[in-house]
Amino acid sequence: MADWRDEIFAALKAANIRQVGYVPDAGHARLIDLCRAEPTIRAVPLTTEEEGVALAAGAWLGGQRAALLMQSSGVGNCINMLSLTKTCRFPLVMLVAMRGEWAEFNPWQVPMGSRTQAALELCDVLVYRVERPEDAGETVAAALDIAFNGDLATAVLLSQRLLGAKRW
Amino acid sequence: MSGNDPRLNRRAAIRLLLADRRDLLVVTGLGSTSWDAASLGDDDRNFYLWGAMGAAAMVGLGLALARPDRRVLVVTGDGEMLMGLGSLATIGVQRPPNLAIAVFDNGRYGETGMQASHTDSAVNLTGVARACGIEQVFDIADEAALRQFAGLVHRAEATLFARVTIRAEDAPRVLPPRDGVLLKARSRRAIGVEN
Repeated sequence: MADWRDEIFAALKAANIRQVGYVPDAGHARLIDLCRAEPTIRAVPLTTEEEGVALAAGAWLGGQRAALLMQSSGVGNCINMLSLTKTCRFPLVMLVAMRGEWAEFNPWQVPMGSRTQAALELCDVLVYRVERPEDAGETVAAALDIAFNGDLATAVLLSQRLLGAKRW
Repeated sequence: MSGNDPRLNRRAAIRLLLADRRDLLVVTGLGSTSWDAASLGDDDRNFYLWGAMGAAAMVGLGLALARPDRRVLVVTGDGEMLMGLGSLATIGVQRPPNLAIAVFDNGRYGETGMQASHTDSAVNLTGVARACGIEQVFDIADEAALRQFAGLVHRAEATLFARVTIRAEDAPRVLPPRDGVLLKARSRRAIGVEN
């Protein structure tokens, strides 16, 4: 089996994702590198995650598909901007690297990380969780399908157990 | 009072900016600039934001990157731009040549009672835009300069940013449709998006 990060990238490519907005996270480092090196994808580093929600809406207005990469703490930054997604029924795919859960060293990550899924669901975002590497590619592919087939907001949470707790 | 005020009237400013819009795609920010655009007559190529404060410039960026064959103009206010100030940094990194941003700056939060915004006393948005790497930056205070900028929007080879100084005054509300799904769908159709 290929590396699960490569499988996520393959899912993005297969779904014809053309813009990828991101705020860096160690858990997304390889995926960010792959997107930046891919000529058919415009990688857009963001200063804060809610910019990406608006970027994805603009991309869709112009007929391109976008995906967002962020850490769980960034989900909190997106809350009001998700009203754009919901009111206009823009498709949205957020790939969220989780912190503040499995073996977390830094307690400052826990308040947002432990409420990431609940916060997303409160905003009517469909949430899928990946715990095992073998599920990563097909979970992202499924989220992309449902988002772009139905004009729906989705998030795939890549669990900290999958990513490995940050070493200090 | 406004009779002696040399600053532009916001409705005159939007009229000048879009007098010769051709196939320009327009994104407006919450909220007065949305009413300004609607005052010229509703248009399917306008995507009006009724919420999501701070989103306008980034919606414009996503659209401009998706459609390099079309010109995109973001028209927003100083308060809306201040909430998305980081997006100027993000745009400074991308710099699509088909994107222009015009900020109608009256130094006020016009929708909430004309409270002073940061630009009223301290913050210079053209300085911010320049510092973010946007090279074509304009400080516009009169009709001639605005007319020149409106022409440049159609032919520039770089991302444009303009601060347009306008009077702090209430203009009659002209409200565009507020059904977000309708606004999205008709903009996509007008842009010629198939899927």
